[in-house]
Amino acid sequence: MTPRTATSTSDALQATRAVAAKRWRLAATLTAIMVFVYFGFIALVAFRPALLGTLVSDGLSVGIVLGACVIVAAWVLTWTYISWANRVYDPALAALKAPTGATENHESNAGARS
Amino acid sequence: MTPQAPAAAATSFGTPDPVAIGFFAVFICVTLGITWWAARRTQTAEHFYAAGRSVTAGQNGFALAGDYMSAASFLGIAGLVSTSGFDGLIYSTGWLVGWPVVLFLIAEPLRNLGRYTFADVVAARLNPVPVRISAAYGTLATIAFYLIAQMVGAGSLIRLLFGIPYETAVMIVGVAMMGYVLFGGMLATTWVQIVKAVLLLGGAALLAFLVLAKFGFDPRALFAAAAAQQGAGVLAPGKLVSNPLDAISLGMALMFGTAGLPHILMRFYTVPDAVAARKSVFIATGLIGLFYLMTFILGFGAMVLVGPDVIKSIDAGGNMAAPMLAELLGGRPFLGFIAAVAFATILAVVAGLALSGAAAISHDLWSSVIRKGHPKPGEELKVARLATIGLALVAIALGVAFKGQNVAFMVGLAFAIAASANFPALVLSVFWRRTSTAGAAASMVVGTTATLLLITLSPAVQIDLLHKSSAFFPLKNPALVTIPLSFLTGILVSLLAPDTNGDQRYTDLERRLLLGTD
Repeated sequence: MTPRTATSTSDALQATRAVAAKRWRLAATLTAIMVFVYFGFIALVAFRPALLGTLVSDGLSVGIVLGACVIVAAWVLTWTYISWANRVYDPALAALKAPTGATENHESNAGARS
Repeated sequence: MTPQAPAAAATSFGTPDPVAIGFFAVFICVTLGITWWAARRTQTAEHFYAAGRSVTAGQNGFALAGDYMSAASFLGIAGLVSTSGFDGLIYSTGWLVGWPVVLFLIAEPLRNLGRYTFADVVAARLNPVPVRISAAYGTLATIAFYLIAQMVGAGSLIRLLFGIPYETAVMIVGVAMMGYVLFGGMLATTWVQIVKAVLLLGGAALLAFLVLAKFGFDPRALFAAAAAQQGAGVLAPGKLVSNPLDAISLGMALMFGTAGLPHILMRFYTVPDAVAARKSVFIATGLIGLFYLMTFILGFGAMVLVGPDVIKSIDAGGNMAAPMLAELLGGRPFLGFIAAVAFATILAVVAGLALSGAAAISHDLWSSVIRKGHPKPGEELKVARLATIGLALVAIALGVAFKGQNVAFMVGLAFAIAASANFPALVLSVFWRRTSTAGAAASMVVGTTATLLLITLSPAVQIDLLHKSSAFFPLKNPALVTIPLSFLTGILVSLLAPDTNGDQRYTDLERRLLLGTD
């Protein structure tokens, strides 16, 4: 390996790591929210059963509403990730994929800005 | 009130029903046709395991949903809601929340790093032999318990729905599954899942529609009727969650087990790239969520229209709630249709399980361990097919051997093993640079073994199965202990026994982790 290729490899690696770190931060945050929502629901079931039995309107208890909300939360979170991936992640991956050389400077600039 | 009630509803259950058998025969013919079509396109290992990567994101979304929505969720949750009300909904939500985790943490890295099994990903930068052996141990343990639950469930359900003897039903499921997988490989299995998912979602939607039609299309009127009839308690948490730790432990198994189920993970290799893998989870999450929302309606509908006592008189576990509701609302033809859908559901799940088990044996154990990564041309496919025959025979034998056992805890156990054996090693190897061969292998072996051990010592086995007065381990599901234990083992062993060039090997992998092998 010549020194020149070693440098450009490390630039490409920095750019790859910047994109990977971004994805990891979002993935970890969304996972944490899902864990919080679901185990929050389970904790209410276990420790506040009376509250979940309270009726919001005729026939509709807080528990049923929150149960449906857990499912809707799962939808919203997956949609959040997909729309982020389409807007931000896929273009970033496309930039990483572009042949090295011409895009190299653009790459590291993009990395430095973010 | 039990004595006079059953006579009114028991008419069609346990007697051979020509309509149900007719619908089921149509399903078998269509799926065998698909298998014949797929067999001509299944020539190589890549076709057998991964359908030649030709499945689209939309198709895989339906197939994932089909692989996941087992008879346990359709019949079991509807039954649970119909007999205990709100408590059943805890399961409806629990079975769904694992899917976002699959999307955020697993789907894309899995597709980018692996070829056929999840062990490909863990082994990507580690020494293959110890990793593959440990991964096959966890995979086969997960599949064995999942298979027992499905086969025993199939035998008893089909006996009730079609009036066929238990052993015959188990044999039909085993042989049909073997046919799909052996000849049609992943392509046939995928289309069986898609057909089944459409039938199941369509059947459940029609049933929910018929229920809501009786209540002016207002779910609140249905819930209010349930509360008026059975007491307001059915809309609130009840006896099922008497021990909070049990509820949390089961919740952990469901949430993280989904991301470790070998037959689900394997599906991500059937799509062309990581973008398609990502989209397919999004579609699957939508479909599965919709299905579980409908179980709210089906369960409460069966409670109000059929009645908990009548349901329990046919099957003590409440599993017949949805079929009984179908008979009440649509007569015998609709019952026949729903019964055939339930049969198809079991068949499809069993086929997916068998395929992932065969891949663990042929790809992980035979090619990577015994042949050291250099199998003779065409050999891996032969071993995979032999393994399929072996697994079908084992599944039939297990189904017959466990006849009459309470199998509900076995699905929970399968999820607990998947969550403790496969999920931690997968996450550590993808996201933590310092994960070592010894660490990943130890995490999988300790996770699997500890789960098996603790479930043996749990009330589910000690009290319910062996009729002892007490259990050594207090929780019904061990995930609360075994998931952290598996992560901790993986981290500690990795730190104590690092790989010599582990850092460089992870660096080599970082680009592929994002971009795949392009």
